[in-house]
Amino acid sequence: MCTSIVEIARAEGSARSVTGWFSLTHSVVCYDHPQHALLDDAITIDFVNDQLEPGARAAVELTLESAKALSAALLKAIDASE
Amino acid sequence: MAYESMVAEMITIRGHNNDPISAYTARPMGPGPFPGVVLIHHLPGWGEHYREMTRKFAHHGYAAISHNLYERVGTGSADDVAAKARAQGGVADAQVVGDTEAAVQWLKVQPYVNGKVGVIGSCSGGRQTFYYACHTKSIDAAVELWGGRVVMDDVSEKQPVAPIEFTKNLSCPLLGIFGNEDRAPSPEQVDQHEAELKKHGKNYEFHRYDGAGHGFTYYHRPMYRVEQALDAWEKIFAFFKKHLAA
Repeated sequence: MCTSIVEIARAEGSARSVTGWFSLTHSVVCYDHPQHALLDDAITIDFVNDQLEPGARAAVELTLESAKALSAALLKAIDASE
Repeated sequence: MAYESMVAEMITIRGHNNDPISAYTARPMGPGPFPGVVLIHHLPGWGEHYREMTRKFAHHGYAAISHNLYERVGTGSADDVAAKARAQGGVADAQVVGDTEAAVQWLKVQPYVNGKVGVIGSCSGGRQTFYYACHTKSIDAAVELWGGRVVMDDVSEKQPVAPIEFTKNLSCPLLGIFGNEDRAPSPEQVDQHEAELKKHGKNYEFHRYDGAGHGFTYYHRPMYRVEQALDAWEKIFAFFKKHLAA
């Protein structure tokens, strides 16, 4: 499946790549081919700084079910904080 | 057993807007003449798999080149660069045409190439192969592997017109390989693609595989289907042999 499902949100915070911590500019959420997870398609989330080189990225690849669980957990945590 | 050897190396060519872009090349040792093949990499990036495909064509007697459509995105691991390209909305169709034309012309002036050049690509590269074949008169054959979004509604600044709209301009024979379990392109979209080729009297052959979805020749991914993949590779090499012979 070759999709164009890409959602981008502004992000303020930090993420850690293989070379260390960096400041974030965006979170990028896609449903597309994963690079590593053994799935045909996956929800991929990249936390990036688009002003830096492409390696400024912390990446995850999730099944749809895992992504739904993460989404629910995020909302619960956010609700609890407010 | 006959001695075998190949040359595989990175070069720089002048792509769209005369920008320098990297390209990976492979060819058998010897004077040739060899038919030429340009490989357009898929959305997951200009990485190891396309290096291997490039060498596969050299193993089969072709001079092959795979150019980096993501050169302008930045440097780093292929995964990271591909992720950044995806977040930027992919590559502009106009850039794909310019970069691919440069790869084709590079092959054509090599003394060991027989003057014939084909293009092949998978996934987004399949779409771009078809798009390019409708925007050039420089090639002799095109192979589209499960080109997603040849039929598309979500046009953008970078991809302003669906490739299917250019079918009437297709300039060379086309081989299309698709999995019937794919959702993009879906079997219905492949039907539309084929109907448009028929309408314009184009020279094409489509092979549509049951029990396979997207990317079924990718042997490092779970979508791999060995039987269908082996058959598809036979058809690809038969097609190029027919159309790229001197």
